[in-house]
Order: sequence, then C-alpha cells, then structure tokens
Amino acid sequence: MERILFVADAQLDGSLPKIAREVLASAVKLSGELDGATLTVGLIGGDVQAAADSIAGCGAAAFLGAAGDDFAVSRYSSDAAAAEAMVRKSEATLVVAPGTARLARALPGVAQRVGGRIDSHIAGFQVDAGTLRVERWFYRQRMVAVMSRSQRPWLLLIDSGVFDALDGAEGSATVEAVPVEVPRARTQVVGEEAASAEAQTIRPDADVLFVAGAGWTKKQADGQAHVPEAEKLILGFLKQTGSSLGSSKSLVDQSGEGQAVLSFMSHVNQVGQTGSTPRHPKGLATCCHGEEPHVVGWRFIKERRAVNIDPGCGWAQGKADVLYVADAFEVMSKVNDLLGGG
Amino acid sequence: MSFHIVVCGSLVPDPLQTLEPVQGPTGPGLKNEMMLPSVLDPWAAHALYEAAHLAANTPDCRVWLVSLGPKARLQQLMMNIAQKVPFELVAIDGPASGFADAYEVAAALTAAIESIDGLDRSRMLLFGGRASASRDAGVTMQMVGERLGITDQFLAVDKLKVEDGGALRILERIEGGRYLASICEGPPAVVAWSTGGLPEPPNNPQVGMQNMRTIMPALQKAQPVALEAEGVVYANVEVPQQRRETRIVKDVPVEEVARDIVEWLRSG
Repeated sequence: MERILFVADAQLDGSLPKIAREVLASAVKLSGELDGATLTVGLIGGDVQAAADSIAGCGAAAFLGAAGDDFAVSRYSSDAAAAEAMVRKSEATLVVAPGTARLARALPGVAQRVGGRIDSHIAGFQVDAGTLRVERWFYRQRMVAVMSRSQRPWLLLIDSGVFDALDGAEGSATVEAVPVEVPRARTQVVGEEAASAEAQTIRPDADVLFVAGAGWTKKQADGQAHVPEAEKLILGFLKQTGSSLGSSKSLVDQSGEGQAVLSFMSHVNQVGQTGSTPRHPKGLATCCHGEEPHVVGWRFIKERRAVNIDPGCGWAQGKADVLYVADAFEVMSKVNDLLGGG
Repeated sequence: MSFHIVVCGSLVPDPLQTLEPVQGPTGPGLKNEMMLPSVLDPWAAHALYEAAHLAANTPDCRVWLVSLGPKARLQQLMMNIAQKVPFELVAIDGPASGFADAYEVAAALTAAIESIDGLDRSRMLLFGGRASASRDAGVTMQMVGERLGITDQFLAVDKLKVEDGGALRILERIEGGRYLASICEGPPAVVAWSTGGLPEPPNNPQVGMQNMRTIMPALQKAQPVALEAEGVVYANVEVPQQRRETRIVKDVPVEEVARDIVEWLRSG
C-alpha cells in the first residue's frame, strides 16, 4: 500500500502556483488508482494556511506544514530540512512534487537523506496491475521512456503542463505543524532580480511561445542589420499578445561570436539543448534555423508555426504545422498592425 | 580566500548525432554508443570554464575535473578539452549512459572526490552542470553534496561573485525569467551551473601540454565502477515519431500571411 505525500511550496502571498495545483491533481488521481493508497499534503512557506485552505477539499487525509520565517524564502538547507521532516512524519513511500526551482533544488538531497530515489521531469503516470510507471524523457527530449522502481521512498518531480490543475477544492484545512530541525543558515536570500532589465519576457503560463532566432540580428536584404527595428517589432508583439519569449541560440554563443544581441534577451530566454523546453499551447518561431539541438526547444509546443525566408529550414520542416516562407520583419509588422486594430 | 574547485562533468553524445535506443543485456542504451562522437556535457562545460576563470582570478586555487565515463571515450574527450582551461583530471571508468541511475552516479562521484589527494574540503566549491544532456535529471549534484555533508547548495546558477571578505554572491535561475540572489558565507558549497557568463575558451596548446601531464596518469589509474540501475525497470524506450506534415505557405502576399497568423493566434 502506497502512502503518497504531495509536497509544494506556497508563494509569498500564500497562494499555490498553477503547477502545484496541476501536480496535486495528479497525486489525487494516483491515490485513486493505487489500491489502498493514502494522500497527505505537505506545504512549505512563510504562511501555509491560505494555501492549505485553497485545496482543503482535495481528499487528503492530513495536511502538514512547515511555516515561519525560516521557510518564507527559497533556501536549500531549510527547504530540505522541512521536506525531510514531512517525508519522515508521513512515512511516505511516494513523494509527488511540482518541479519548481525551489523543490527541484531541495528534493534530490532529501531523497539522499531518507535513503530513497528520485526521478525528475516526469511527464506522465501509468498504473498497471498495481504497479506505478512513470514517463520521462532522456537525452534532452530526444527519446521517451516508461519506467518503474522498486525502491521507496520514490520521489517524483513533475513538469508543468502535464496535468490539468485542480480547481474548486477550497475549504478550511487543519494544518499540523511539523517540527523541523533547521540548521544554522549560512546562506541569506537577499532578493530577486530580473534577468533582463529591459523587459519582462518570460511568461510560463502564456498561451503562445514566440521564438526569436538569430536571424533577427543578422544582415538583411539591404546588407544592413536592423536590430532596433527587430526589438521594436518583437516587443510590440509580446506586449499585444502576452506571449513568452524564447531564443533559439545561446546568448553567450551570439555575443561570443561578435553578433549583435537583442537588448532584452537574456540567458533564461534560451530554449533547446542547453536551454529550456517550455510547454505552451502555441508556438510561433521567427528567423530560426538549426537542427536538433535547437529544435528540441519546442518539443512540447502543441501547435507550431514558423516564419522563415528559407523553405528548407530545418527548424520548421517536419517540425512545424505551417511554415510561412516570408520576411519576418514585414510579416510581424503587419501582424502587430492587425493585433492593434490597424 | 582561495578555493579548491571540484567540477563534476562527463561526456555526452555530440548533439548533432542521431540517437537510437537499443535494449542491452543490462538495460537500455544507445545504438553504437561506444562509436558516437562525444562532447563535454554542455552545462558541465560551462561549470568548468567558470571554475577556471575563478581560479585564474583568485590566488592559490586548484581545479579538478571528476569525470565518469568509459575510459577510452574519456581519453578521446580529453583530446578535445585539454587545451581549453587548466585542470587536474580524476577519471572514473564506467558508463556515461543517460539511463544510469543518478543515485549510483552520485555514489561513484563522491567516492572519487573523497579520494582526491590534497583536497581541502573546507575550501571546496563543488561545481557541475544543473543537469546532464543525457539523463537531464538535475539531481546528481545535490546528492553528491549531501553525501559530502554540504548543505549550502545552488541550482541553475548563472553568476557567482566573491565579495570582499570571501562571501559568495550567487544568482540562480527561478521561474518567470528571474534570478534568486543569495549570499553564502563561503565554501563549502554546491554550485550547479546553467550557462554562466563565459564563452567557450579558445584552444591553448600550452594549457594542453600542462594538462596532459596529469590526464594520462589519471586515465591509467581510473577505477572501474559498475552502475546497474538497481531496482529500475524500463518498460519501454523509444524515439517518438515527431514528424509533422508541414504546410508550406509560399509566394503569398505578406498581408495574407499576417492575417492567417492573427486568426490562428485568436482561435481557441
């Protein structure tokens, strides 16, 4: 019989991020599919009551909390101590958690402490004859495997966008405070910073991923680069659509090769082999070229379209639903006009 | 303040290679895996460059590269990276497969680090990539850190600055394209890097000559390890059929293209 612990970190305003409600939905589903399984919720944060109340009706048998100043910020030593205490208190055999930056950093160490195992980037579950199998990708989204483990506790970090979020479970939850032995903090969190001072361009919950390729900063038909115009067009599109921005090539690579770089582009925009593989319902790629290492960046985009002057573009052929063979500067200018009612 | 920087990094198949899974006697692997050209794992490579940069700008530092992989392939890899930056190699002879279990990899790396002569663990910065390009788990560095008793850990780091007094100011990537800024009192600490801020260094033959003095002996005395992924059962491994029927829209007025895109953006 599996004892499932769902662990999440509450945000500063006391709410749970969307990914946490998605993963909680998966934990609820799992507890129903595994015979005799029980579900416990564990919450970490400055104040976890509001988060617990927001999911009070999820069917969990108990709510555990690690709250207070020590847990208000994301820090490995305190987060790992809190999660470890919850795993031990609940005697969990399965730990299911959202793959947030905070928990992706802390839970691997917890697995080590409790003698368990951990798998990350889980993209699906299967329960077959009482055996839990998980789906995850290998070699940076180039092959997919279905696997199971005999060791317990088994900790699972789930990717965003895999499950539908749990809604409508508000109520009043009784949260049991878990005693946590917090080590002396040698690390102080001093705040958050934007990766780019120019504009906020990463929006994980956006409907559209707009991928800007290196072609935007290269010489155009008139023999000149038009970087300021490119910036204006891209930012205009992002502003009107609320899209998230991805880059097909490492900013480090571009600047290292002496190329111009879009001023609002930062490392964190990069998608692909050494970047992220975000999940969005739609993706529009412009001026992108390249093969597999870059193209894996939109592996998890459901509907894909691309604008490129090269009809043989490796980024789009066989990977996009539609390839518009056209000048992205001209197309995006018109798109922005239409979006603005022009 | 000086540092003893241990970088964990191994080889992965060149990303331009076509990868095909095959079932071997001990579990899944890659077709012709031993023949595939390799590169240093990209995020670990950034960690190595950052380590070398930090060491070059801080007195009395040493840099070790702890690398787990088949000895013959490690030797080939070293031919490519030995001229990049100065380091001392600690080689472990074992599989570099993405299907290896991170828990077992962490145990092998920890044992190798504990065996390093002259390593002062009170001054240690444990560097590595935020995840490998093979397993892409993002969990191994934390487990190595735990095994070594290091509880100041940072994941997806893009910047590390040594402050006056020796404290470390670190920027980690978090959600929403933002950084979490932290100040750690100093080593020991685990720093798992994203891309950092340094380009790939150019080849330097003198650095290569210097490195080769330790690389060949390290390869010769590499300890074999068996990674058996105990308790793991792979029910299926496949390359999904991702090819889409791409509709090419060509020789169409730009206004029409723009209208089509906007209609699509506005549709359900």
